[in-house]
Amino acid sequence: MILNDLVQIKTKELAARKKVTLRCCMAAGCMSSDAKGVKEQLENAVAQAGLENDVEVRGVGCMKLCCEGPLVQADPQNSLYIKVTPENAPAIIAALHGGTANIPQADPDAAFFKNQLGIVLANSGVIDPERIESYITVGGYEALHEVLREMTPRDVVETMVGSGLRGRGGAGFPTGLKWGTVAKSPGAKKYIICNADEGDPGAFMDRSVLESDPHSVLEGMAIAAYAVGADQGFIYVRAEYPLAISRLQLAIKQAKQLGVLGSGIFESPFNFTVDLRIGAGAFVCGEETALMASVEGKRGTPRPRPPFPAESGLYGCPTLINNVETFANVPPIYRNGAEWFAGIGTEKSKGTKVFALAGNIKNTGLIEVPMGTPLRTIVQEMGGGAPGGAEIKAVQTGGPSGGCIPAQHLDTPVDYESLGKLGSIMGSGGMIVMDDSTNMVDVARFFMEFCMDESCGKCIPCRAGTVQMHNLLEKILKRKATRRDLEKLEELCDMVKNTSLCGLGQTAPNPTMSTLRFFRNEYEALLQPDKYGPGGNGDTNRQPAAEAK
Amino acid sequence: MAAKTLTIDGKSITAEEGATVLQVAEEAGIKIPTLCHLEGIYDVGACRLCLVEVVGVPKLLPACATKVAEGMEINTDSERLRKYRRMTLELLFAERNHVCAVCVSNGHCELQTMAYSLGMDHVRYEYLFPKWGVDTTQRLFGMDHNRCILCTRCVRVCWHIEGAGTKNVSGRGTKSHIITDLNMPWGESVSCTQCGKCVQACPTGALFHKGSTAGEMERDRGKLEFLVTAREKHQWVVAV
Amino acid sequence: MSFLDLDEFLIDLVDLVDIVYSPVVDMKDYPGSVDVCLIEGAICNEDNLELLHKIRQRTKVLVSFGDCAVTANVPAIRNQLGLGNTESVLQRAYIENAQDNPCLPKADGIVPQLLERVMPVHEVVHVEHFLPGCPPPAAHIKALVSQMLSGVKPNLEGKQIKFG
Repeated sequence: MILNDLVQIKTKELAARKKVTLRCCMAAGCMSSDAKGVKEQLENAVAQAGLENDVEVRGVGCMKLCCEGPLVQADPQNSLYIKVTPENAPAIIAALHGGTANIPQADPDAAFFKNQLGIVLANSGVIDPERIESYITVGGYEALHEVLREMTPRDVVETMVGSGLRGRGGAGFPTGLKWGTVAKSPGAKKYIICNADEGDPGAFMDRSVLESDPHSVLEGMAIAAYAVGADQGFIYVRAEYPLAISRLQLAIKQAKQLGVLGSGIFESPFNFTVDLRIGAGAFVCGEETALMASVEGKRGTPRPRPPFPAESGLYGCPTLINNVETFANVPPIYRNGAEWFAGIGTEKSKGTKVFALAGNIKNTGLIEVPMGTPLRTIVQEMGGGAPGGAEIKAVQTGGPSGGCIPAQHLDTPVDYESLGKLGSIMGSGGMIVMDDSTNMVDVARFFMEFCMDESCGKCIPCRAGTVQMHNLLEKILKRKATRRDLEKLEELCDMVKNTSLCGLGQTAPNPTMSTLRFFRNEYEALLQPDKYGPGGNGDTNRQPAAEAK
Repeated sequence: MAAKTLTIDGKSITAEEGATVLQVAEEAGIKIPTLCHLEGIYDVGACRLCLVEVVGVPKLLPACATKVAEGMEINTDSERLRKYRRMTLELLFAERNHVCAVCVSNGHCELQTMAYSLGMDHVRYEYLFPKWGVDTTQRLFGMDHNRCILCTRCVRVCWHIEGAGTKNVSGRGTKSHIITDLNMPWGESVSCTQCGKCVQACPTGALFHKGSTAGEMERDRGKLEFLVTAREKHQWVVAV
Repeated sequence: MSFLDLDEFLIDLVDLVDIVYSPVVDMKDYPGSVDVCLIEGAICNEDNLELLHKIRQRTKVLVSFGDCAVTANVPAIRNQLGLGNTESVLQRAYIENAQDNPCLPKADGIVPQLLERVMPVHEVVHVEHFLPGCPPPAAHIKALVSQMLSGVKPNLEGKQIKFG
């Protein structure tokens, strides 16, 4: 495989391009509403109309407006059909020659699409994720070629540092710094791990990237491997993502066949292989040390850090762990340069962020916006606000580790620092919108229940503390709790946050603490008088007696 | 090996490189509470009782899993740490059915002793009263899950001192529990060598010799020390 | 009963306190304006609950006395059967294990109903001090009572605490 082979594939693909392309979303969301049937019927309709030479029916990845699926887009007509059924196929084909198909359409120029900036999702909904040629046509694997042939590993790390990319898994650690640490760690054997154990409730960014553009992740991993000196990579993906797994398997197979994975890639001395590891669905396995234990075949529990994975990770070797979206950002950075990337976003948060919009919002789906976009733009303009004219009450970011941002802070720009100041986190990109019918104490209870169920059980504060906090929240909701219970809850939040072993426990109190910060009145309204509390004498109206002695 | 100088609770201490804060504190006569730590087996940093404050580090660090560094300033005993430690114990007591009055280890129990030393005279959290069983299928030993604090000492001695790999952890969160082989009755285990090290390692009355009644179960930690000395120093010294 | 292990201290105590209510004092109702009450036992039935509320209303300082009061101890083992255990507990005690005349003790207003869940005293009302132990050793009782009598806020620690 040399550059010329890539160019040839691209030329051949472009030459074979037909006049009209019908893009059918084949991501998990639309597939669950019979997108497969839609695509088959469209192919039949094309054949019946005798248009095989003019119309290509292409299965593509996520087209982002998930709530309106299955989606079909006609190019160059630029019509976006929504809620398409297999029966609509002949009408869609008929409408290609002018005329209107009586099928609902979405406006491709609406704010939902216009405000998006595609870096990670640039190819999503455009290319066929099941064909490596489709990825190569949009410049795929050219960045890897450039890196392997023209750059030293040190240059590669420096470019990454210059881009300002920060880890998209949630914590926002500078990616270049991480790469540099692994590159400098001594060791003959190093590993790359792609964390695809996406587990936040309501989050599906990484799944969509893997389903829509798996090769960008593979290319990103290969570039990272070259930068740090690794020759083996693992993608740890959860078993609940069967479509992502099968597309990854296919992508790895195709990449190996073409020689962009394997030995002597692009006739350089660089070797790199990628294997999949399927997670059994434990949320804690998204924590890097637990994930590595799981890859090694052990029980997925975290261990104290240091040592950090960069120093001693998988099988005790230096290991680079990045999340799916982080790796997907890598090829565009090397294609367009670090300055280009650093020019997008805010001073400390560069590039874009993908969010999964869900909850009480009109347009649910996937969005990618530049860092620093105000929350209001995302939920009101792009998301279309809460359905049925309800008021938005809060936006939850960061899943079970994050917090609820109340409506009065909707003008907050989305970047790592601003969200952190409000007691939430950027997180991996789950964004759950809540309208004014939402009970915030119940929201806190929901996330606490999640953490309680997903605690691995290794350390006491997380294992036993989340249970007690959950029970206290239940007690408050059942209107059986007193002020003393609320105090106990707050004390436990502080203790579990400060004493837990890993990030799961350390952040488990976040949703409770943030709702207590912004919606304390909702908690207080549920409290009962402490009739027999300190100084209490059974009478709710009498003044408490002074404590004896 | 280079020596490191540091202070623990204001006391200047010289330590060997690679030593943990817990080891160094112990040598200096400073007692840091622990439950999952057991001399001779590797540390997991799970019980969080040995958390200490290190000046300049925002997070609390487990003394058992933190290596000493030059110039470290460590506090092992602040009001905040005492509060967290007491809460940790209360959480443990509330989590399972630790009925001291009818426990074989009553009076010889590390959990109990820890409660006394940290001044825990009652538990403020609601007891969960989970339903856990007792496995008495083994000929010599029994396992009472009601008393287990999941310190995993038994698992670690079983794997790393005896090398049998019989004991393991199953389940998640508060439903985690110690299992034998592939979650079978202990008496049916084919890998268990009946060495009894797990019983010696257990801090509470969860693992016991059959035939011990309430308050009778005492440990013989000398057995473990003997094995550790034998492994590490190649000296087969029988303590008298 | 371990209170009686105080031996000669009891004689000193008699001069300092009036014992106004106890299983061995013939008093039908809990009196008002009590300074200190040492409460034994877990809260198992409606009668316990009612008395405890009354005690809290009429007493300045409550001491949870003994493991049953502090931890709910052995009486609470039935909690492991989950909520709604009362029927099965009564069945086991009064039917399955009955030697003759098996029948459930049911007489509204006379036999108090079992509570769904056995609770330690401080789960129901605020408790000022705790003296665990099964039973609490006489030395611990003496230490606590002496501290209270001398006007010091009781504070037992280390070897003065004992469970079981």
